[in-house]
Amino acid sequence: MRPLQHVLGIAEISREQIEYLLQLGQPFVDLSRRPVKKAPTLRGKTVINLFFENSTRTRTSFELAGKRLSADVINISASTSATKKGESLLDTGHTLAAMQPDVLVIRDSRAGACHFLADFLENTAVVNAGDGAHEHPTQILTDLLTLKQAWGDIEGRTITIVGDIAHSRVARSHLLAAAKMGYKVRLVAPKTLLPVRIERFGCKVFNDFDAAIPGSDALYMLRVQSERLQSACFFPSIREYHEAYGLNMQRLDAAGNHTVVLHPGPMNRGVEIASDVADGARSRILDQVENGVAVRMAVLTALCGGQAEPKKRARKKEQAMAAQKAQRKLL
Amino acid sequence: MLFVVNTMSDLLIRGGRVIDPANGVDKAADVWIENGRIAAIGKHKAKADTVIDAKGQIVAPGFIDMHVHLREPGQEWKEDIESGSRAAAASGVTSMCCMPNTEPRLDHAGVVRQIIERAENVGLCRLHPIAAVSKNLEGKQLTEMRELSRAGAVAFSDDGRPIWNAGIMRRALEYASSFGFLIVQHAEELELTKGGVINEGWISTQLGVDGMPVEGEDSMVARDIMLTRLTDGRYHVAHISSGRSVELVRQAKAEGLNVSAEAAPHHFALTEEEVLNFNADAKMNPPLRTEENRLAILEGLRDGTIEIIATDHAPHHEDDKRCGLECAAFGIVGLETMLPVSLELVRNNICSMSDLIAKMTCNPARLLGLEAGTLSVGAPADVSIFDPDATWTLDRKKLFSKSKNTPWHGREMTGRVTHTIMDGRLVYANGNIVA
Repeated sequence: MRPLQHVLGIAEISREQIEYLLQLGQPFVDLSRRPVKKAPTLRGKTVINLFFENSTRTRTSFELAGKRLSADVINISASTSATKKGESLLDTGHTLAAMQPDVLVIRDSRAGACHFLADFLENTAVVNAGDGAHEHPTQILTDLLTLKQAWGDIEGRTITIVGDIAHSRVARSHLLAAAKMGYKVRLVAPKTLLPVRIERFGCKVFNDFDAAIPGSDALYMLRVQSERLQSACFFPSIREYHEAYGLNMQRLDAAGNHTVVLHPGPMNRGVEIASDVADGARSRILDQVENGVAVRMAVLTALCGGQAEPKKRARKKEQAMAAQKAQRKLL
Repeated sequence: MLFVVNTMSDLLIRGGRVIDPANGVDKAADVWIENGRIAAIGKHKAKADTVIDAKGQIVAPGFIDMHVHLREPGQEWKEDIESGSRAAAASGVTSMCCMPNTEPRLDHAGVVRQIIERAENVGLCRLHPIAAVSKNLEGKQLTEMRELSRAGAVAFSDDGRPIWNAGIMRRALEYASSFGFLIVQHAEELELTKGGVINEGWISTQLGVDGMPVEGEDSMVARDIMLTRLTDGRYHVAHISSGRSVELVRQAKAEGLNVSAEAAPHHFALTEEEVLNFNADAKMNPPLRTEENRLAILEGLRDGTIEIIATDHAPHHEDDKRCGLECAAFGIVGLETMLPVSLELVRNNICSMSDLIAKMTCNPARLLGLEAGTLSVGAPADVSIFDPDATWTLDRKKLFSKSKNTPWHGREMTGRVTHTIMDGRLVYANGNIVA
């Protein structure tokens, strides 16, 4: 398997790498449940979380992931960052890279921001923590680990993603992952929230939520930024949106008994999801949060050479022993 | 002193294939230039002060690029009249029309006179400004078009933005055509393209960026054609990028309306696929479109619906481009790739060589009423000599333009200007500015 250099998007990583990260992530779930939640894997490594866009859960998740692996973790958020003073994204990237971090985790409202930075940074691994409406790879890894736990196997299953597809990096990354991992994606939204030609990803597109429910193994509800979308005429009212596209108990019952509910958070209760569904037995939303920390630990481990290093050390040891042997022979 | 001697001297271009579409000329001949004018075309035996060997080359009228942004006054770090003129000379362009979105705008006769004078002092390329339609390009009040025309403006446009208000557009077409002036429209329905970064379609959907649908262009071209019919005005579509807009122009022309269109080389040579890797050097407005639209533009060029090639040369500093696709400024430099990219039309049998040259010479000259674009005896001696088969690799660092924002960096080009003669003077020869 090709070693990971960056995690920019699902587009850039292979099925093999995805499976490897999921496999690497599972034991970290157990680690986080232990009374002492610490492993020395990344001791001496530096992780910078650079967040140009507000985020609580993703940032916290990356921060905990780094700290539980003993890395030194720094958080920089938009309000404190130099970009407010007019420093360009590239300068901020160069400046931080000059401080020699091992990993730079970036969230930016602009699509392609981390791809752009990764092109210029040589010795720093870049992790995309969400770039505009483009990609959010660690969220997808989180979801896949959660679904693996629920189903055992993901291949052949159907995930139905509902809501603001147009502005969703989660939807795009899932569409890319589905093709690689062999699961199916259905998209549900009014036309106003569906980007053009989205069906070219190979997914089924529905305007009618109820028609999409039978046969769905997971119902993935996207957050709806209701005020912004309403004022820009994407839909007329929250009331109407909830009626047409909100997940309530009745709709969940129309799905199979095995069907689970996902949400990338933060939720708008009563808008895209009813409280009894969100808190119900088939909700895996909090599992997603827990698994989020674990897969991010896996990503940081894979990037920081958590494995490569022992190998390197072993190689050095071998070399030293070979040298000793050679010397002995000479003697 | 040297200057005087130079202008009074004569110049002979020997042995080239002379193509002058305005006069239906396409033959092997010598071109003799005297006192800044074309003196004779044919076999020339007399001695001349300067002789250019054009064997194996094409000798054409100096090119006219009716759509460039020279950034002066106001943004001289991106380009100025001198650097823009050097880029033009290196491209075989001897007349260019600069757009009014400078700072201050070209909405006042004083600014128009000032930049023409600057270009004359540089002395490498004729400058024919296109002045603003509305004061400060705000789309509210008309500029003093007669006064601007007397100062040297050859047409009117709010380019960079559309004349979006239908009522103002109607008045602009009416008023301008009262004096025979042309309105050049950047056709874009802003409410449809708001926030857009690239063409709306499969690529924008994959990248997760807001798109600009072709319908933004089509709806405004359709509206403007109706207003042209209403006003009996003169209307020109700048940088046409949509197949349906080409069809609208075709119909309007068939109807006999005074409607014309120009296409930029990037719109007929490239597609939206260029931005798939977030390449900011392929970001411009209107954006690169789909293959379907590109083919429709080629058809428009082939059947004469689009009679002009213009580059929309839009220099931007590296700082304005190296900030990610979404933040990057719109526009690419176009002058120095105009000929080699356009020659693809001949190589792909879209146009004859003569048709292609017409789209870069006599056609824009006729539309704008310029005394240029022909090798008629007695005409000002603006000549472009090029080798249509020379291959070279474009290196952005070697561009004469101050800005280097081109999507063709590192690509193989076929066809290269070897000499440019402006006003009877050799201004560019084999890679070097002469004057």
